[in-house]
Amino acid sequence: MFKGGQTTSPDVSLPHVTNSHLLSYPNTLNFYERPPLFDVTVEEFETCALDRLRILAEIESSLARNRNWDELSTVTKTQCDKYLPLNSHRSIRFTDLEAERKKDHLSHFVLRLAFCRSEDLRRRFVKSETLLFKVRYEIALTEDREAFLGSRDFNWTIVPSQEQTQLKEDLERAFIGSKSEFERTKYYKVKWTRVPDLVEKRKVFLKGGWAYVPTKEQSSIVFHEFESHLEKTLETTARLLPRLDEDTRLLPILNNISQGFLAGVSSEWAGASGSDNADEIKAEMIDEIARRSFPLCMRMHHEKLRKDKHLKHFGRLEYGLFLKVLGLSIEEAIVFWRKSFSRIEDDKFNKEYKYNIRHSYGLEGKRANYPARSCIQLLAPGSSEHGCPYRNFDEDNLPTTLISVYGPQGLRSSDIREVTDTVKGKHYHVACTRVFELTHASCGVNKGDGIGGGESVTHPNQYAARSMELRKPKESKDAMQVDP
Amino acid sequence: MTEVESPSPEIMLTFYNRLYPFKSIFAWLNHSHKPGRLFTHREFAFTINTSGGEAYLRYNSFNAADELKKQVCTLNPTRFEIGPVYSAKPRDRKTLRPGALQPELRELVFDIDMTDYDPVRTCCSDADICKKCWPFISAAVKVLDRAIREEFGYEKLLWVYSGRRGIHLWISDKAAMELTDIQRKAVVGWLGVVQVGKDSSKKLNVRNAGTLPPSLQAALQELRTVFPALILRNQKLFASEEGYLDLLKCIPDSKMADKLSSKWEDSRGTSEERWEELLGEAKKNQNVWNAIEDVILMYTYPRLDAEVSKHRNHLLKAPFCVHPKTGRVCVPVDPHTVDSFDPSTVPTVGQLLRELDEMGNSNGEETKADWEKTSLKPYIELMNNHVRTVIDVKHEEDMTW
Ligand SMILES: [Zn+2]
Repeated sequence: MFKGGQTTSPDVSLPHVTNSHLLSYPNTLNFYERPPLFDVTVEEFETCALDRLRILAEIESSLARNRNWDELSTVTKTQCDKYLPLNSHRSIRFTDLEAERKKDHLSHFVLRLAFCRSEDLRRRFVKSETLLFKVRYEIALTEDREAFLGSRDFNWTIVPSQEQTQLKEDLERAFIGSKSEFERTKYYKVKWTRVPDLVEKRKVFLKGGWAYVPTKEQSSIVFHEFESHLEKTLETTARLLPRLDEDTRLLPILNNISQGFLAGVSSEWAGASGSDNADEIKAEMIDEIARRSFPLCMRMHHEKLRKDKHLKHFGRLEYGLFLKVLGLSIEEAIVFWRKSFSRIEDDKFNKEYKYNIRHSYGLEGKRANYPARSCIQLLAPGSSEHGCPYRNFDEDNLPTTLISVYGPQGLRSSDIREVTDTVKGKHYHVACTRVFELTHASCGVNKGDGIGGGESVTHPNQYAARSMELRKPKESKDAMQVDP
Repeated sequence: MTEVESPSPEIMLTFYNRLYPFKSIFAWLNHSHKPGRLFTHREFAFTINTSGGEAYLRYNSFNAADELKKQVCTLNPTRFEIGPVYSAKPRDRKTLRPGALQPELRELVFDIDMTDYDPVRTCCSDADICKKCWPFISAAVKVLDRAIREEFGYEKLLWVYSGRRGIHLWISDKAAMELTDIQRKAVVGWLGVVQVGKDSSKKLNVRNAGTLPPSLQAALQELRTVFPALILRNQKLFASEEGYLDLLKCIPDSKMADKLSSKWEDSRGTSEERWEELLGEAKKNQNVWNAIEDVILMYTYPRLDAEVSKHRNHLLKAPFCVHPKTGRVCVPVDPHTVDSFDPSTVPTVGQLLRELDEMGNSNGEETKADWEKTSLKPYIELMNNHVRTVIDVKHEEDMTW
């Protein structure tokens, strides 16, 4: 499907659009060697970075989930189209190519600032950016790719035909592919250390420390160059960064971005809005919905509330905002909490709790529309008692809890190992996503589907909304069957 | 082996005091006679005997050869190991900010141990070696020495007998010192053919559409000449039923394999006869011929301890240390004469001290260093010749001006 970029044969008859107006960005591919030198607003600065972050976070999560290259590439392409499209000049879509490429350029540099500060962040950033570049390189138009290769010095030597003839026997022995392919190929000579992946798999001919790289493996040189170039510049940026710290507007934004990446998730899940759910949620439905559709963090709040007939302040706040975004109206919320706090007198409830509930709905005080807590916030230290259970439960507690909570939804004890292994690797959102997949297998969710389109969980409401959506058609069908 | 002795602490101390070539080791690690980071930021680790067993002291570093010698003579370790050059002095580790001590440079090293050959070795097992199985090691030296020089272009190779049953290789070229862990892993991938510890009857998977890559074709040329004496005559690997069945498992023509198997079942053929018979059959079939080449590689290709080579921060025993079990000195080995190298003639530390005693009584050559009077002499000379190639000439010139 995404090979569309290369099979643009119908376009050939279209008038060839000249690139001259795109002089600053002649190509979809970019090695990001020049910093952006245009003015941007703080909003642009942040939003474009968050958009790129979503893509990188999905790449990281694909790695953690052992997706193969085709799967990773498809998922990444989908995310790119959504958040950071880069059309070629031959695209038939009407788009502002300059603006797209500018955004790509800017967002890369903002993230460099956010991710240059620690060795770990740098390593992860380089890895996912390099994969993003690979995906884009593979889907780029041949002409774009060639123009890009010609646009900078990759410091390779094209092996002269005389030398190629001299080495023919060895080159042919080392060549992986058909004879006719070999007859056509050119060779690029680079120090072997620039293509360690090809050397490790014996895909090149080596002589005196030089690797003879055939045309079809040429991209390895490009990818490795991208990677080592980015590694070096990130270290330079890290050394220069203290100067930027003086800009108090940018620092909190950069911190926020890098924190999100550390948690393995991109950003706020903005799509959560109660009005999406056509059916109003009533207070008495929460038990059932919790059982079928809540992520572990919110399910823990719910269980605790039922057991203790109470929740402490941060728990109330987290759970209350979650229920608000889930679609519980203010009236129903008051009913829900009033019934839940069954040991408390009406008078005390009205005085102490009702205000806070109304406040969280933006009906008191500042009247702000408070968003529900995202996974990043739940993963941050010191949220509520348990925060993200995948992160905070111990090795014994987590498996027991998972089985008792999700056993009825199809989670088997043989599945637990996979989940806990992921947790050990600190990929909490991946563990949560996997539990979602396993408990929604009966709705046709397969491994790797995530919460739709391969996306991982980044927000408890996103988890619950998707689950409710999946369970709905089945429920209404059941209802029809019992209806005479 | 006949002479096996575990050296006493007194013997070790005399050895360190009078014979151990600290200056050569220093210059070899430092690439210069004047102390630089290559030496001062280098990790040394000591293994010492304590009342409760062995203790392992890591993150030592020294400013000069004398300092190293002084510490060795104080601690009197049973052996010591050499690690990477760090971004700071390893001994300052506790006062550095976290993460400030990173391995930066390191010789590219290889470790070949005879125990990894146990599946294809009938003469000895575990720690023992003899004249019948040492050729596995000499074959490994020849194959790797050629590959590393011709394919990777490195020149400053030092082969060192490990004192018992294996051999180490240290590569000191600047470009090799600078390799990242990812690049080291790539070298191991390139050179590694037989997976150590994996099922030895598993087929190799090294061909592109039936063709061996040039690097392995070259290795095969060498190993072809080693195979008859080593595998057929010394090890007699196909004389037993178990042995020839393992061989026939590698033959892709099951009809041919069955035919040979039933023929060999009742006969008392030697390994050589059976191998000849197999070759006779195989000449008719290119696939089988390829499989036979693979068999030669499988049985004789160097078995590498990958973990040692893959990480810059891996420690490896220093040359000229004494093997604590055998008492033999870990001497350098000349790859050109590795075929005639006989581990049982390598001097033991006890022997060396006896030589010193005898010489000491006879009159004379007072100007000579102690080591020159012992059978350690040719080995230290070999080391010093190597050191001369490692010394960075340009660097030295800068130093003198
Ligand atoms: Zn033996």
